[in-house]
Amino acid sequence: MANTDINVKYVAELARLELPAEQFAAIENDLSSIVDYIAELNEVDVTGVEPTAHAAALSNVWREDKAVDSGLRDAMLANAPDLVNGCLVKVSKVLPGEESN
Amino acid sequence: MAELNKKTVHALASGLADKSFSAVEIAQDCLEAVKLGDDKIRAFLKVDAEEILREAKASDERRAKGEALSEYDGIPIGIKDNIAVRNATVSCASKLLENVVSPYDATAVANLRAKGFIPFGRLNMDEFAMGSSCENSAFCKTANPRDITRVPGGSSGGSAAAVAADFVPATLGSDTGGSIRQPAAFCGVVGLKPTYGRVSRYGLVAFASSLDQIGPLSKDVIDAGIILDAISGKDVKDSTCLPLESSDAAKAAIEGANGKSLAGLTFGLPKEYFAGTLAPGVEKALNAAIEQVKNMGGKIVEVSLPHTKYAVAVYYIIATAEASANLARFDAVRYGKRIDGADLIDTYFKSRGAGFGSEVIRRILLGTYVLSSGYYDAYYLKAQKVRTLIRKDFTEAYKQCDLLLTPVTPAPAFKFGEKSDPLQMYLSDIFTIALNLAGQCGISVPAGIDENSGMPVGIQFLGPELAENRLLKAAAAFEAVRG
Repeated sequence: MANTDINVKYVAELARLELPAEQFAAIENDLSSIVDYIAELNEVDVTGVEPTAHAAALSNVWREDKAVDSGLRDAMLANAPDLVNGCLVKVSKVLPGEESN
Repeated sequence: MAELNKKTVHALASGLADKSFSAVEIAQDCLEAVKLGDDKIRAFLKVDAEEILREAKASDERRAKGEALSEYDGIPIGIKDNIAVRNATVSCASKLLENVVSPYDATAVANLRAKGFIPFGRLNMDEFAMGSSCENSAFCKTANPRDITRVPGGSSGGSAAAVAADFVPATLGSDTGGSIRQPAAFCGVVGLKPTYGRVSRYGLVAFASSLDQIGPLSKDVIDAGIILDAISGKDVKDSTCLPLESSDAAKAAIEGANGKSLAGLTFGLPKEYFAGTLAPGVEKALNAAIEQVKNMGGKIVEVSLPHTKYAVAVYYIIATAEASANLARFDAVRYGKRIDGADLIDTYFKSRGAGFGSEVIRRILLGTYVLSSGYYDAYYLKAQKVRTLIRKDFTEAYKQCDLLLTPVTPAPAFKFGEKSDPLQMYLSDIFTIALNLAGQCGISVPAGIDENSGMPVGIQFLGPELAENRLLKAAAAFEAVRG
Protein backbone atom coordinates (compact mmCIF):
# COMPACT_ATOMS: atom_id res chain seq x y z
CA MET A 1 0.00 0.00 0.00
CA ALA A 2 2.52 2.55 1.19
CA ASN A 3 4.52 4.42 -1.43
CA THR A 4 7.01 6.10 0.88
CA ASP A 5 10.14 4.38 2.16
CA ILE A 6 11.13 5.63 5.59
CA ASN A 7 14.40 4.55 7.16
CA VAL A 8 13.09 4.07 10.69
CA LYS A 9 16.52 3.12 12.08
CA TYR A 10 18.01 6.41 10.82
CA VAL A 11 15.11 8.60 11.99
CA ALA A 12 15.14 6.90 15.42
CA GLU A 13 18.85 7.72 15.68
CA LEU A 14 18.15 11.37 14.93
CA ALA A 15 15.46 11.34 17.64
CA ARG A 16 17.71 9.55 20.18
CA LEU A 17 15.34 6.63 20.60
CA GLU A 18 16.50 3.04 21.12
CA LEU A 19 13.83 0.80 19.63
CA PRO A 20 13.72 -2.99 19.36
CA ALA A 21 14.71 -3.93 15.78
CA GLU A 22 11.68 -6.22 15.47
CA GLN A 23 9.41 -3.16 15.72
CA PHE A 24 10.96 -1.35 12.73
CA ALA A 25 8.74 -2.96 10.09
CA ALA A 26 5.47 -2.17 11.90
CA ILE A 27 6.56 1.41 12.64
CA GLU A 28 7.66 1.93 9.04
CA ASN A 29 4.30 0.66 7.85
CA ASP A 30 2.39 3.07 10.14
CA LEU A 31 4.59 6.04 9.27
CA SER A 32 4.51 5.36 5.54
CA SER A 33 0.73 5.33 5.39
CA ILE A 34 0.63 8.63 7.33
CA VAL A 35 3.28 10.20 5.09
CA ASP A 36 1.38 9.02 2.00
CA TYR A 37 -1.69 10.72 3.41
CA ILE A 38 0.02 14.01 4.20
CA ALA A 39 1.50 14.05 0.70
CA GLU A 40 -1.93 15.23 -0.46
CA LEU A 41 -0.66 18.71 0.36
CA ASN A 42 1.30 18.49 -2.91
CA GLU A 43 -1.88 19.39 -4.78
CA VAL A 44 -2.24 22.76 -3.00
CA ASP A 45 -0.86 25.77 -4.85
CA VAL A 46 1.02 27.90 -2.31
CA THR A 47 2.71 30.28 -4.74
CA GLY A 48 3.25 33.60 -2.98
CA VAL A 49 1.77 32.36 0.34
CA GLU A 50 3.71 33.29 3.49
CA PRO A 51 4.17 30.51 6.07
CA THR A 52 2.40 30.75 9.44
CA ALA A 53 4.66 29.72 12.31
CA HIS A 54 2.45 31.06 15.06
CA ALA A 55 -1.17 32.04 15.54
CA ALA A 56 -0.55 34.96 17.93
CA ALA A 57 0.31 38.27 16.32
CA LEU A 58 3.22 38.98 18.67
CA SER A 59 6.84 39.73 17.87
CA ASN A 60 9.84 40.91 19.89
CA VAL A 61 8.33 40.42 23.32
CA TRP A 62 10.73 42.00 25.81
CA ARG A 63 11.12 41.94 29.53
CA GLU A 64 13.62 43.49 31.87
CA ASP A 65 16.88 41.53 32.00
CA LYS A 66 16.84 41.05 35.72
CA ALA A 67 17.88 37.98 37.72
CA VAL A 68 15.20 36.62 40.05
CA ASP A 69 15.76 33.89 42.62
CA SER A 70 12.97 31.36 42.14
CA GLY A 71 13.89 29.73 45.45
CA LEU A 72 13.29 26.35 43.82
CA ARG A 73 16.87 25.05 43.62
CA ASP A 74 16.51 22.19 46.12
CA ALA A 75 13.08 21.14 44.86
CA MET A 76 14.45 21.06 41.28
CA LEU A 77 17.48 19.01 42.31
CA ALA A 78 15.26 16.60 44.25
CA ASN A 79 13.96 15.29 40.91
CA ALA A 80 17.42 14.32 39.65
CA PRO A 81 17.96 10.57 39.27
CA ASP A 82 21.53 10.77 40.64
CA LEU A 83 23.28 13.55 42.62
CA VAL A 84 26.84 14.13 43.82
CA ASN A 85 27.37 16.25 46.95
CA GLY A 86 23.68 17.11 46.88
CA CYS A 87 24.15 19.72 44.18
CA LEU A 88 25.71 18.15 41.05
CA VAL A 89 23.74 15.94 38.68
CA LYS A 90 25.72 12.77 38.00
CA VAL A 91 25.67 11.29 34.49
CA SER A 92 27.43 8.47 32.64
CA LYS A 93 30.75 9.25 30.97
CA VAL A 94 30.42 11.65 28.07
CA LEU A 95 33.48 10.88 25.91
CA PRO A 96 34.49 7.39 24.75
CA GLY A 97 37.47 5.86 26.56
CA GLU A 98 37.12 8.20 29.52
CA GLU A 99 37.68 6.64 32.96
CA SER A 100 34.52 6.48 34.96
CA ASN A 101 34.80 7.72 38.54
CA MET B 1 -25.85 13.83 51.87
CA ALA B 2 -26.05 17.12 50.00
CA GLU B 3 -24.05 15.76 47.05
CA LEU B 4 -22.26 19.06 46.62
CA ASN B 5 -20.02 17.36 44.04
CA LYS B 6 -22.98 17.49 41.63
CA LYS B 7 -23.34 21.26 41.73
CA THR B 8 -21.98 23.82 39.29
CA VAL B 9 -19.26 26.29 40.25
CA HIS B 10 -21.77 29.17 40.33
CA ALA B 11 -24.23 27.19 42.48
CA LEU B 12 -21.43 26.35 44.91
CA ALA B 13 -20.43 30.03 45.03
CA SER B 14 -24.00 31.02 46.02
CA GLY B 15 -24.15 28.29 48.67
CA LEU B 16 -20.81 29.35 50.14
CA ALA B 17 -21.96 32.97 50.17
CA ASP B 18 -25.19 32.27 52.09
CA LYS B 19 -23.42 29.72 54.35
CA SER B 20 -25.59 26.78 53.21
CA PHE B 21 -22.40 24.70 53.31
CA SER B 22 -18.65 25.04 53.79
CA ALA B 23 -15.60 24.47 51.59
CA VAL B 24 -14.71 21.45 53.73
CA GLU B 25 -18.14 19.94 53.04
CA ILE B 26 -17.65 20.47 49.30
CA ALA B 27 -14.21 18.83 49.44
CA GLN B 28 -15.60 15.93 51.49
CA ASP B 29 -18.42 15.26 49.02
CA CYS B 30 -16.03 15.37 46.05
CA LEU B 31 -13.55 13.06 47.79
CA GLU B 32 -16.38 10.67 48.73
CA ALA B 33 -17.64 10.63 45.13
CA VAL B 34 -14.13 9.80 43.88
CA LYS B 35 -13.76 7.08 46.51
CA LEU B 36 -17.08 5.48 45.57
CA GLY B 37 -16.91 5.86 41.79
CA ASP B 38 -13.39 6.22 40.48
CA ASP B 39 -12.44 2.53 40.75
CA LYS B 40 -14.72 2.09 37.76
CA ILE B 41 -13.99 5.32 35.85
CA ARG B 42 -10.25 5.86 36.59
CA ALA B 43 -10.43 9.59 35.81
CA PHE B 44 -7.78 10.44 38.42
CA LEU B 45 -4.19 9.24 38.52
CA LYS B 46 -3.76 10.69 42.03
CA VAL B 47 -5.79 12.57 44.62
CA ASP B 48 -4.11 14.02 47.72
CA ALA B 49 -7.11 14.05 50.08
CA GLU B 50 -5.17 15.44 53.05
CA GLU B 51 -3.86 18.43 51.11
CA ILE B 52 -7.31 19.16 49.62
CA LEU B 53 -8.98 19.07 53.05
CA ARG B 54 -6.23 21.27 54.50
CA GLU B 55 -6.78 23.86 51.77
CA ALA B 56 -10.58 23.66 52.19
CA LYS B 57 -10.20 24.29 55.91
CA ALA B 58 -7.95 27.29 55.24
CA SER B 59 -10.58 28.59 52.80
CA ASP B 60 -13.35 28.31 55.41
CA GLU B 61 -11.17 30.18 57.89
CA ARG B 62 -10.57 33.00 55.38
CA ARG B 63 -14.28 33.28 54.67
CA ALA B 64 -15.16 33.33 58.40
CA LYS B 65 -12.82 36.30 58.81
CA GLY B 66 -14.34 38.08 55.82
CA GLU B 67 -11.13 37.54 53.87
CA ALA B 68 -12.34 35.20 51.11
CA LEU B 69 -10.11 35.58 48.02
CA SER B 70 -13.20 35.68 45.78
CA GLU B 71 -16.74 34.33 45.75
CA TYR B 72 -15.22 31.07 44.46
CA ASP B 73 -12.86 30.58 47.40
CA GLY B 74 -12.97 26.90 48.39
CA ILE B 75 -14.26 25.40 45.12
CA PRO B 76 -12.23 22.43 43.85
CA ILE B 77 -11.01 22.22 40.24
CA GLY B 78 -9.53 18.99 38.81
CA ILE B 79 -6.22 19.42 36.94
CA LYS B 80 -4.98 17.50 33.90
CA ASP B 81 -1.70 15.72 34.53
CA ASN B 82 0.29 17.89 32.06
CA ILE B 83 -0.43 21.11 34.02
CA ALA B 84 1.99 21.75 36.89
CA VAL B 85 0.76 22.01 40.48
CA ARG B 86 3.46 22.64 43.08
CA ASN B 87 4.53 19.61 45.09
CA ALA B 88 2.36 17.31 42.96
CA THR B 89 3.55 14.85 40.31
CA VAL B 90 3.36 16.04 36.70
CA SER B 91 3.74 12.81 34.74
CA CYS B 92 1.78 13.62 31.55
CA ALA B 93 0.60 10.00 31.97
CA SER B 94 4.07 8.89 30.85
CA LYS B 95 6.34 6.30 32.45
CA LEU B 96 9.27 8.60 31.73
CA LEU B 97 7.95 11.30 34.09
CA GLU B 98 6.07 9.02 36.51
CA ASN B 99 7.73 10.30 39.68
CA VAL B 100 8.58 13.88 38.68
CA VAL B 101 7.31 16.41 41.22
CA SER B 102 6.66 19.97 40.09
CA PRO B 103 8.33 22.58 42.31
CA TYR B 104 5.96 25.30 41.06
CA ASP B 105 2.42 26.06 39.87
CA ALA B 106 1.51 26.64 36.23
CA THR B 107 0.33 30.23 35.82
CA ALA B 108 -3.23 28.97 35.16
CA VAL B 109 -3.12 27.10 38.49
CA ALA B 110 -1.55 30.05 40.34
CA ASN B 111 -4.35 32.24 38.93
CA LEU B 112 -6.97 29.73 40.18
CA ARG B 113 -5.37 29.77 43.64
CA ALA B 114 -5.40 33.58 43.65
CA LYS B 115 -9.21 33.32 43.53
CA GLY B 116 -9.23 30.61 46.22
CA PHE B 117 -10.00 27.67 43.89
CA ILE B 118 -8.46 24.43 45.17
CA PRO B 119 -6.48 22.21 42.73
CA PHE B 120 -8.02 18.74 43.05
CA GLY B 121 -6.08 15.67 41.91
CA ARG B 122 -4.18 14.69 38.77
CA LEU B 123 -6.38 13.75 35.83
CA ASN B 124 -5.59 10.97 33.37
CA MET B 125 -4.85 11.77 29.73
CA ASP B 126 -3.29 10.35 26.60
CA GLU B 127 0.49 10.33 27.16
CA PHE B 128 1.85 13.84 26.49
CA ALA B 129 -1.67 14.75 25.22
CA MET B 130 -1.18 12.63 22.10
CA GLY B 131 -4.38 10.77 21.39
CA SER B 132 -8.13 11.00 21.09
CA SER B 133 -9.29 8.27 23.48
CA CYS B 134 -7.19 8.26 26.67
CA GLU B 135 -6.09 4.77 25.62
CA ASN B 136 -2.51 6.06 25.28
CA SER B 137 -2.08 6.70 29.02
CA ALA B 138 0.83 4.66 30.39
CA PHE B 139 -1.08 4.03 33.62
CA CYS B 140 -4.76 3.26 33.08
CA LYS B 141 -7.66 3.56 30.69
CA THR B 142 -10.31 6.06 31.74
CA ALA B 143 -13.88 4.92 31.04
CA ASN B 144 -16.70 7.09 29.74
CA PRO B 145 -19.10 7.61 32.69
CA ARG B 146 -22.09 7.42 30.27
CA ASP B 147 -21.06 3.88 29.21
CA ILE B 148 -17.96 2.32 30.70
CA THR B 149 -17.33 0.13 27.64
CA ARG B 150 -16.60 3.30 25.67
CA VAL B 151 -13.71 5.76 25.65
CA PRO B 152 -14.08 9.21 27.23
CA GLY B 153 -12.24 10.81 24.32
CA GLY B 154 -8.90 12.49 24.55
CA SER B 155 -6.51 13.71 25.24
CA SER B 156 -8.26 15.41 28.22
CA GLY B 157 -10.31 12.23 28.83
CA GLY B 158 -9.84 12.27 32.61
CA SER B 159 -10.85 15.95 32.74
CA ALA B 160 -14.11 15.26 30.86
CA ALA B 161 -14.92 12.02 32.72
CA ALA B 162 -14.38 13.65 36.15
CA VAL B 163 -16.98 16.32 35.33
CA ALA B 164 -19.43 13.85 33.73
CA ALA B 165 -19.13 11.50 36.74
CA ASP B 166 -19.74 14.43 39.15
CA PHE B 167 -16.41 13.93 40.92
CA VAL B 168 -15.64 17.67 40.74
CA PRO B 169 -17.61 20.69 39.50
CA ALA B 170 -15.07 21.52 36.78
CA THR B 171 -11.57 20.74 35.52
CA LEU B 172 -8.72 22.14 33.46
CA GLY B 173 -7.67 20.42 30.26
CA SER B 174 -5.47 21.35 27.33
CA ASP B 175 -6.45 21.54 23.66
CA THR B 176 -3.87 21.14 20.88
CA GLY B 177 -6.16 19.73 18.17
CA GLY B 178 -9.46 19.22 19.97
CA SER B 179 -8.29 17.65 23.24
CA ILE B 180 -10.81 19.63 25.33
CA ARG B 181 -13.75 19.82 22.93
CA GLN B 182 -13.77 16.20 21.72
CA PRO B 183 -13.80 14.53 25.19
CA ALA B 184 -16.37 17.11 26.35
CA ALA B 185 -18.62 16.02 23.45
CA PHE B 186 -18.01 12.29 24.14
CA CYS B 187 -18.88 12.67 27.85
CA GLY B 188 -21.75 15.17 27.51
CA VAL B 189 -20.12 18.17 29.22
CA VAL B 190 -19.01 21.67 28.17
CA GLY B 191 -15.44 22.22 26.91
CA LEU B 192 -13.88 25.56 25.95
CA LYS B 193 -10.74 26.14 23.88
CA PRO B 194 -9.79 29.78 24.36
CA THR B 195 -8.07 31.94 21.74
CA TYR B 196 -4.37 31.13 21.43
CA GLY B 197 -2.53 33.35 23.92
CA ARG B 198 -5.55 34.01 26.18
CA VAL B 199 -4.19 31.69 28.86
CA SER B 200 -0.52 31.42 29.75
CA ARG B 201 1.15 28.16 28.79
CA TYR B 202 3.74 28.52 31.59
CA GLY B 203 3.69 25.23 33.48
CA LEU B 204 1.80 23.37 30.74
CA VAL B 205 4.13 20.65 29.47
CA ALA B 206 4.56 21.60 25.82
CA PHE B 207 3.28 19.30 23.07
CA ALA B 208 2.92 21.64 20.07
CA SER B 209 3.76 25.15 21.25
CA SER B 210 2.00 27.06 18.46
CA LEU B 211 -1.27 25.14 19.05
CA ASP B 212 -1.49 24.27 22.78
CA GLN B 213 -3.98 26.13 24.95
CA ILE B 214 -5.32 25.46 28.46
CA GLY B 215 -9.09 25.67 28.96
CA PRO B 216 -11.96 24.57 31.21
CA LEU B 217 -14.32 21.57 31.11
CA SER B 218 -17.50 22.16 33.09
CA LYS B 219 -21.15 21.33 33.65
CA ASP B 220 -22.40 24.49 31.97
CA VAL B 221 -21.30 27.47 29.87
CA ILE B 222 -21.42 29.97 32.76
CA ASP B 223 -18.85 27.86 34.65
CA ALA B 224 -16.63 27.80 31.56
CA GLY B 225 -16.74 31.60 31.58
CA ILE B 226 -16.01 31.82 35.31
CA ILE B 227 -12.94 29.60 34.98
CA LEU B 228 -11.69 31.34 31.82
CA ASP B 229 -11.92 34.68 33.62
CA ALA B 230 -9.92 33.22 36.51
CA ILE B 231 -7.09 31.64 34.47
CA SER B 232 -6.65 34.10 31.57
CA GLY B 233 -4.52 37.23 31.31
CA LYS B 234 -1.02 38.37 30.48
CA ASP B 235 1.99 36.57 31.92
CA VAL B 236 5.59 37.69 31.84
CA LYS B 237 6.61 34.02 32.01
CA ASP B 238 5.05 33.16 28.60
CA SER B 239 6.10 35.41 25.72
CA THR B 240 3.30 33.99 23.53
CA CYS B 241 0.64 34.99 26.06
CA LEU B 242 -1.27 38.03 24.79
CA PRO B 243 -0.69 41.30 26.70
CA LEU B 244 -4.33 41.55 27.84
CA GLU B 245 -6.15 41.71 31.15
CA SER B 246 -8.14 38.61 32.13
CA SER B 247 -11.38 38.00 30.25
CA ASP B 248 -14.85 39.04 31.40
CA ALA B 249 -16.71 36.15 29.84
CA ALA B 250 -18.84 34.91 32.76
CA LYS B 251 -20.90 38.10 32.62
CA ALA B 252 -21.56 37.54 28.92
CA ALA B 253 -22.55 33.90 29.57
CA ILE B 254 -24.98 34.92 32.33
CA GLU B 255 -26.51 37.53 29.99
CA GLY B 256 -26.93 34.82 27.35
CA ALA B 257 -28.47 32.33 29.79
CA ASN B 258 -30.94 34.96 31.03
CA GLY B 259 -31.76 36.49 27.62
CA LYS B 260 -32.28 33.13 25.83
CA SER B 261 -32.10 34.88 22.47
CA LEU B 262 -29.79 34.68 19.45
CA ALA B 263 -31.40 37.60 17.63
CA GLY B 264 -28.93 39.73 15.70
CA LEU B 265 -26.37 36.93 15.36
CA THR B 266 -25.51 35.17 12.11
CA PHE B 267 -24.26 31.58 12.30
CA GLY B 268 -22.21 30.13 9.44
CA LEU B 269 -22.46 26.44 8.54
CA PRO B 270 -19.20 25.43 6.80
CA LYS B 271 -20.44 23.29 3.92
CA GLU B 272 -17.25 21.16 3.98
CA TYR B 273 -18.18 19.99 7.51
CA PHE B 274 -21.48 18.56 6.30
CA ALA B 275 -20.14 16.50 3.42
CA GLY B 276 -21.60 13.09 4.17
CA THR B 277 -19.22 11.80 6.85
CA LEU B 278 -21.51 12.24 9.85
CA ALA B 279 -23.04 9.42 11.90
CA PRO B 280 -26.87 9.63 11.82
CA GLY B 281 -27.07 10.58 15.52
CA VAL B 282 -24.62 13.45 15.03
CA GLU B 283 -26.42 14.71 11.94
CA LYS B 284 -29.74 14.60 13.78
CA ALA B 285 -28.42 16.56 16.76
CA LEU B 286 -26.82 19.08 14.45
CA ASN B 287 -30.01 19.61 12.45
CA ALA B 288 -31.96 20.02 15.68
CA ALA B 289 -29.40 22.60 16.84
CA ILE B 290 -29.75 24.53 13.57
CA GLU B 291 -33.54 24.59 13.99
CA GLN B 292 -33.17 25.75 17.59
CA VAL B 293 -30.80 28.55 16.59
CA LYS B 294 -33.35 29.72 14.00
CA ASN B 295 -36.18 29.55 16.54
CA MET B 296 -34.12 31.68 18.91
CA GLY B 297 -33.81 34.42 16.29
CA GLY B 298 -30.38 33.51 14.91
CA LYS B 299 -29.73 33.74 11.20
CA ILE B 300 -28.17 30.75 9.41
CA VAL B 301 -25.94 31.11 6.33
CA GLU B 302 -23.84 28.60 4.44
CA VAL B 303 -20.13 29.44 4.34
CA SER B 304 -17.12 27.72 2.83
CA LEU B 305 -13.80 26.73 4.42
CA PRO B 306 -12.26 25.39 1.20
CA HIS B 307 -8.99 24.08 2.70
CA THR B 308 -10.73 21.95 5.37
CA LYS B 309 -9.69 18.71 3.67
CA TYR B 310 -6.02 19.56 4.22
CA ALA B 311 -6.33 20.41 7.92
CA VAL B 312 -5.53 16.91 9.21
CA ALA B 313 -2.40 16.66 7.05
CA VAL B 314 -1.21 20.15 8.04
CA TYR B 315 -1.89 19.43 11.70
CA TYR B 316 -0.04 16.12 11.80
CA ILE B 317 3.02 17.74 10.20
CA ILE B 318 3.12 20.87 12.36
CA ALA B 319 2.08 19.24 15.64
CA THR B 320 4.52 16.33 15.31
CA ALA B 321 7.37 18.59 14.17
CA GLU B 322 6.88 20.83 17.20
CA ALA B 323 6.48 17.78 19.45
CA SER B 324 9.73 16.23 18.24
CA ALA B 325 11.53 19.43 19.25
CA ASN B 326 9.66 19.90 22.55
CA LEU B 327 10.09 16.29 23.66
CA ALA B 328 13.82 16.40 22.89
CA ARG B 329 14.26 17.94 26.37
CA PHE B 330 13.30 14.67 28.05
CA ASP B 331 16.76 13.15 28.40
CA ALA B 332 16.38 11.76 31.96
CA VAL B 333 19.41 13.73 33.15
CA ARG B 334 17.94 16.25 35.60
CA TYR B 335 14.58 14.51 36.06
CA GLY B 336 12.68 11.51 34.75
CA LYS B 337 13.25 7.77 34.79
CA ARG B 338 16.86 7.17 33.77
CA ILE B 339 18.18 3.92 32.33
CA ASP B 340 21.96 4.09 32.42
CA GLY B 341 23.80 3.15 29.24
CA ALA B 342 27.47 2.73 28.32
CA ASP B 343 27.89 6.48 27.96
CA LEU B 344 25.73 9.61 28.12
CA ILE B 345 24.30 9.37 24.63
CA ASP B 346 23.45 5.72 25.17
CA THR B 347 21.64 6.77 28.36
CA TYR B 348 19.50 9.15 26.25
CA PHE B 349 18.68 6.39 23.75
CA LYS B 350 17.78 3.83 26.40
CA SER B 351 15.80 6.15 28.71
CA ARG B 352 13.78 7.69 25.88
CA GLY B 353 13.19 4.40 24.05
CA ALA B 354 11.89 2.73 27.21
CA GLY B 355 10.12 5.75 28.72
CA PHE B 356 7.90 6.86 25.84
CA GLY B 357 4.82 4.88 24.75
CA SER B 358 4.20 3.76 21.18
CA GLU B 359 2.02 6.70 20.05
CA VAL B 360 4.51 9.23 21.43
CA ILE B 361 7.36 7.40 19.67
CA ARG B 362 5.35 7.35 16.43
CA ARG B 363 4.79 11.11 16.59
CA ILE B 364 8.39 11.94 17.56
CA LEU B 365 9.56 9.86 14.59
CA LEU B 366 7.09 11.48 12.21
CA GLY B 367 8.06 14.96 13.44
CA THR B 368 11.75 14.18 13.17
CA TYR B 369 11.22 12.82 9.66
CA VAL B 370 9.32 15.87 8.35
CA LEU B 371 12.01 18.16 9.78
CA SER B 372 14.96 16.10 8.54
CA SER B 373 17.34 17.27 5.86
CA GLY B 374 15.79 17.10 2.40
CA TYR B 375 12.18 16.92 3.64
CA TYR B 376 11.79 20.22 5.52
CA ASP B 377 10.59 22.25 2.52
CA ALA B 378 8.33 19.53 1.17
CA TYR B 379 6.52 18.89 4.43
CA TYR B 380 7.05 21.41 7.23
CA LEU B 381 7.36 24.62 5.21
CA LYS B 382 4.57 23.52 2.89
CA ALA B 383 2.32 22.76 5.87
CA GLN B 384 3.02 26.22 7.35
CA LYS B 385 1.94 27.80 4.07
CA VAL B 386 -1.26 25.77 3.89
CA ARG B 387 -1.84 26.79 7.53
CA THR B 388 -1.93 30.39 6.27
CA LEU B 389 -4.62 29.40 3.74
CA ILE B 390 -6.66 27.65 6.47
CA ARG B 391 -6.50 30.81 8.60
CA LYS B 392 -7.58 32.90 5.62
CA ASP B 393 -10.59 30.59 5.12
CA PHE B 394 -11.81 31.54 8.60
CA THR B 395 -11.15 35.25 8.05
CA GLU B 396 -13.25 35.11 4.88
CA ALA B 397 -16.04 33.14 6.59
CA TYR B 398 -16.30 35.66 9.43
CA LYS B 399 -17.02 38.39 6.89
CA GLN B 400 -20.40 36.68 6.42
CA CYS B 401 -21.20 35.51 9.95
CA ASP B 402 -20.50 36.13 13.65
CA LEU B 403 -19.94 32.53 14.73
CA LEU B 404 -19.69 29.12 13.09
CA LEU B 405 -21.87 26.16 14.07
CA THR B 406 -20.32 22.73 13.41
CA PRO B 407 -20.18 19.13 14.59
CA VAL B 408 -17.39 18.26 17.08
CA THR B 409 -16.77 14.71 15.92
CA PRO B 410 -18.05 12.61 12.99
CA ALA B 411 -19.50 10.03 15.46
CA PRO B 412 -20.18 9.63 19.21
CA ALA B 413 -17.77 7.92 21.66
CA PHE B 414 -16.43 4.62 20.34
CA LYS B 415 -15.65 1.42 22.24
CA PHE B 416 -12.22 0.59 23.67
CA GLY B 417 -9.94 -0.89 21.03
CA GLU B 418 -12.35 -0.08 18.22
CA LYS B 419 -9.90 2.23 16.46
CA SER B 420 -6.50 0.61 16.23
CA ASP B 421 -5.16 2.23 13.07
CA PRO B 422 -3.36 5.51 13.89
CA LEU B 423 -4.36 7.26 10.65
CA GLN B 424 -8.04 6.37 11.18
CA MET B 425 -7.81 7.88 14.68
CA TYR B 426 -6.18 11.06 13.32
CA LEU B 427 -8.90 11.52 10.68
CA SER B 428 -11.61 11.65 13.36
CA ASP B 429 -10.11 14.99 14.51
CA ILE B 430 -11.19 16.71 11.29
CA PHE B 431 -13.73 19.11 12.86
CA THR B 432 -11.59 20.27 15.78
CA ILE B 433 -8.03 20.80 14.52
CA ALA B 434 -8.54 23.68 12.08
CA LEU B 435 -9.46 25.92 15.02
CA ASN B 436 -6.06 25.33 16.65
CA LEU B 437 -4.27 26.00 13.36
CA ALA B 438 -6.18 29.30 13.14
CA GLY B 439 -5.53 30.11 16.84
CA GLN B 440 -9.17 31.02 17.46
CA CYS B 441 -11.75 30.11 20.13
CA GLY B 442 -14.42 27.42 20.23
CA ILE B 443 -16.75 25.67 22.64
CA SER B 444 -18.34 22.22 22.63
CA VAL B 445 -21.78 22.03 24.23
CA PRO B 446 -24.10 19.02 24.69
CA ALA B 447 -26.76 18.84 21.97
CA GLY B 448 -28.59 15.55 22.42
CA ILE B 449 -28.23 11.79 22.64
CA ASP B 450 -27.44 9.43 19.79
CA GLU B 451 -30.33 6.94 19.77
CA ASN B 452 -28.19 4.20 18.28
CA SER B 453 -25.48 4.15 20.99
CA GLY B 454 -27.20 6.08 23.79
CA MET B 455 -24.13 8.34 23.91
CA PRO B 456 -24.09 12.14 24.14
CA VAL B 457 -23.51 14.27 21.05
CA GLY B 458 -21.90 17.71 21.17
CA ILE B 459 -21.97 20.64 18.79
CA GLN B 460 -19.38 23.35 18.42
CA PHE B 461 -19.68 27.08 18.27
CA LEU B 462 -16.52 28.64 16.84
CA GLY B 463 -15.50 32.29 16.94
CA PRO B 464 -12.66 34.51 15.73
CA GLU B 465 -9.71 35.65 17.89
CA LEU B 466 -10.75 37.03 21.29
CA ALA B 467 -14.49 36.64 20.58
CA GLU B 468 -15.02 34.63 23.80
CA ASN B 469 -17.75 36.98 25.07
CA ARG B 470 -19.81 36.60 21.89
CA LEU B 471 -19.10 32.84 21.87
CA LEU B 472 -20.10 32.21 25.48
CA LYS B 473 -23.15 34.46 25.36
CA ALA B 474 -24.50 32.54 22.36
CA ALA B 475 -23.55 29.12 23.76
CA ALA B 476 -25.16 29.93 27.14
CA ALA B 477 -28.37 31.09 25.44
CA PHE B 478 -28.43 27.90 23.35
CA GLU B 479 -27.84 25.77 26.45
CA ALA B 480 -30.51 27.58 28.50
CA VAL B 481 -33.17 26.95 25.85
CA ARG B 482 -32.13 23.35 25.09
CA GLY B 483 -32.12 22.58 28.83
